[in-house]
Amino acid sequence: MAVAGVPAANSTLALELSGIHKHFDAFHALKNIELTVHRGEFVCFLGPSGCGKTTLLRIIAGLEVQSAGTIRQGGRDISRLPPADRDYGIVFQSYALFPNLNVFENVSYGLVNRRAPKGDITKRVNELLKLVGLPDSGAKFPGQLSGGQQQRIALARAIATSPSLLLLDEPLSALDALERVRLRQEIRSLQQRLGITTIMVTHDQEEALSMADRIVVMNHGVIEQVGSPLDIYREPASPFVVDFVGKANVLEGKVISPGHLQIGSVTLACEQCVNVGHTVKAYLRPEDIVARPISDGDANVIDAKIDKIEFLGSYCLVRVSTDGLPTPLTVYLSLNFLAEQTLEQGSRLKLRILTERLRLFGA
Amino acid sequence: MAAVIDSGGLKAVRQRVHWTDRIGHAVLILIAAVLFAFLAAPLAAILMQSVENKDGAFVGLDNFIAYMQTAALRQSLWNSVWVSATVTLIAVPAAFLFAYALTRSCMPLKGLFRTITLTPLLAPSLLSAISFIYWFGNQGVLKDAMRAVGIASIYGAPGIIISEIFSVFPHALMILVTALSLADARLYEAADAMGTSAARKFFTITLPGAKYGLISAAMVTFTLVMTDFGIPKVIGGNFNMLATDIFKLVIGQQDFQKGAVVGFILLAPALLTFFVDRFVQRKQTSMLTARAVPYSPKKSRGYDIAMTAYCLLVVAGMLAVLGMAVFASFVKFWPYDLSLSTRHYAFGLLDGEVGTAFITSLKLASATAFFGTVIVFVGAYLIEKTRDLDWLRPIVQLLALLPMAVPGLVLGLGYIFFFNAPANPLNGLYQTLTLLVLCTIVHFYTTGHLTAVTALKALDSEFESVSASLKVPFYKTFWRVTLPICAPALIDIARYFFINAMTTISAVVFLYSPETKVAAIAILNLDEAGEIGAAAAMAVLIAAVSTLATIMFLGLGWLVNRRTQAWRRPAAS
Repeated sequence: MAVAGVPAANSTLALELSGIHKHFDAFHALKNIELTVHRGEFVCFLGPSGCGKTTLLRIIAGLEVQSAGTIRQGGRDISRLPPADRDYGIVFQSYALFPNLNVFENVSYGLVNRRAPKGDITKRVNELLKLVGLPDSGAKFPGQLSGGQQQRIALARAIATSPSLLLLDEPLSALDALERVRLRQEIRSLQQRLGITTIMVTHDQEEALSMADRIVVMNHGVIEQVGSPLDIYREPASPFVVDFVGKANVLEGKVISPGHLQIGSVTLACEQCVNVGHTVKAYLRPEDIVARPISDGDANVIDAKIDKIEFLGSYCLVRVSTDGLPTPLTVYLSLNFLAEQTLEQGSRLKLRILTERLRLFGA
Repeated sequence: MAAVIDSGGLKAVRQRVHWTDRIGHAVLILIAAVLFAFLAAPLAAILMQSVENKDGAFVGLDNFIAYMQTAALRQSLWNSVWVSATVTLIAVPAAFLFAYALTRSCMPLKGLFRTITLTPLLAPSLLSAISFIYWFGNQGVLKDAMRAVGIASIYGAPGIIISEIFSVFPHALMILVTALSLADARLYEAADAMGTSAARKFFTITLPGAKYGLISAAMVTFTLVMTDFGIPKVIGGNFNMLATDIFKLVIGQQDFQKGAVVGFILLAPALLTFFVDRFVQRKQTSMLTARAVPYSPKKSRGYDIAMTAYCLLVVAGMLAVLGMAVFASFVKFWPYDLSLSTRHYAFGLLDGEVGTAFITSLKLASATAFFGTVIVFVGAYLIEKTRDLDWLRPIVQLLALLPMAVPGLVLGLGYIFFFNAPANPLNGLYQTLTLLVLCTIVHFYTTGHLTAVTALKALDSEFESVSASLKVPFYKTFWRVTLPICAPALIDIARYFFINAMTTISAVVFLYSPETKVAAIAILNLDEAGEIGAAAAMAVLIAAVSTLATIMFLGLGWLVNRRTQAWRRPAAS
């Protein structure tokens, strides 16, 4: 844990939040948030709307005041500082570009206030515009740019004064799908090049998984899990995380003997099933039910019948009912596989459950 | 506010305030103080007066009881009520039909019709009374025709009613045009698809849609008539109404207590209107969703011709009233020598001291437009866009909306009670131009405030957050971003203040001294002295100046738009 007043000892810590609470009248928006962010890290706050992620970001920015708790940035206690005395750049979902100022004036807005020489400002703005891929747009007004271009300018404005922390509040959600995916990678590579500590708020799990070094999954004002995208996906810490990030089949079963889980009339071999007699909910990702390779003698193979095929492009979401399991399963099958095997609605096939990937939670 | 903390009873965290934000707080407190001293305190003074006797002792409701026991005063109350109700019953349906023609027909010349019907706003309301005296008065052109339909004399209720209809028409029209333009075309298309008759569409879609606008227009009209001073003064003869009573009681008889009681009675319908209007506006906005498709009328020959005929009739009436005032102002000696001359203008400006009054009016209007716009806009900005001082914000908000509910006469009365009191340190302001300016700003504060708030709400709410993160003080962003973007709204506010300051009588009638007499009041004095020709001339002159000012403000708006609104235009590629 952080030691107060000794910044040198924690030089890799960019931000430390401890005991953060936020009340809006009777509503408890944030409950005892503890979080540390390392220098140069890209952290995503991920959660459904109303989970408190934007409130937490605004508290870090000083735009909201926490009801309790402390915030340290680079070892310095900033809990009570007004926004203007903190060190960060921020990009909002609405961009919040000044519509009556041109792109150059927008990007230089914070620089001019620092009384830098004019030549330096021009040089810096041109550098920034090149960095965000809009080198010749200085004379244009924001209204003359596309949404994606406006968001790039907002980003340039936020990093113009070289803050040590960049805050992004759902920066991509107002953009169309293609632009969103493109800008995702641009922001990520820009962040890595500059090495700037970044916190992004998003409700889009794909965005979080593809951009973040670490994801903070939030729900109802508490942190459900903090971890790398792979951790969050592969080893979700709670049923909420499994549900919110990716798709999952939920199977209710009982551990009947060490290493054996019974679901319906099917018994699966499962190493992590140790608490004999416990009723559990087993969460299983669609991709952890495979159609090949399956060889004779493989464990955990079940017979299934295709109920419905939902075409999603290169692969299909297939709903199958199995012999023995009480509920139907959702699996991913590639378009090529379905074609090769001439599978269609009503066809039968064998599926193998990768039980080492089962996540068990108490029922 | 202290939040409930369940984590070990810690004290709520309070953010330090940046020094630049303290500037904003100081200005907000200053504006609150101004509104308090020049609005809340005078109103409180009326309340105090109404429950005290002449020696300042508390007497409860005695003044109200004494008032109700005076038969003459009861008669005035009844007169005010039935005259206001009659005007409302005639003006609102007439304005509704006119608004319907403007919004729901393919009538030609809509813009021209609308502009002409709004012209009464440019002159003091008494202009119409003067004009009707020329039409129907003792030496009126159509006096005999009037006698033939059974009206013995225009002086009194008939004159007041017809003059008020003319002067409130544009107010009702503006509200109803807004209400009727909020139509959703999809409802009419759905009705058409089901084969609904035109009459049924009118009663099931149009009328319910405009219901709140109608309520609002009726209440506003009623209140305007109830509290108008100029028209009953000029054409009322011996017909007493509350608004003229209050003047006689306070200025004539120095009976402040009864004056305060009348002030209270006048405040009641205005307050009611205010709250109904607030309620209605909330309903009205929630009715129209973002997905509504604006209605556009289809051509229909017979209907369009009927609508055009009606509008022509109304416009002809308007022009007859305005035209008569203009014509009479140039007539040498009504009705004996109808040759034209400018002698009324010369007399009014020179002998009638209206010349100096005009200069005072222009000073008043300019100062009100400038300082009013500054106070209103800065106030609205600080309420909408800055942080902290959360206890003060709702108070300032309420004080900003309150003037809409306070008739000018009542405000002026409050000013006498409050500023004329020798113990008041602000007593030195009494009868000065400064006080007239402040009174006029407060009187017309709400409309300007609402215009400013609407303009500010259209701005991204994160501009201030972005500025703070870039360490730019709020006042720089206000100057470089907020102000230029809101420039068109600022010009609207300034124009509104200017025109109203030129034409208002009600509040300032209590507050002027010989040195600070404004033109609209000089006209009243001319009329009292029997110089009706000069009064007409001066009223026309005010209308001319207001028109000129409107054109100048429009020109200014055009120039400012070119400078500050370039970003709204698409790129020249």
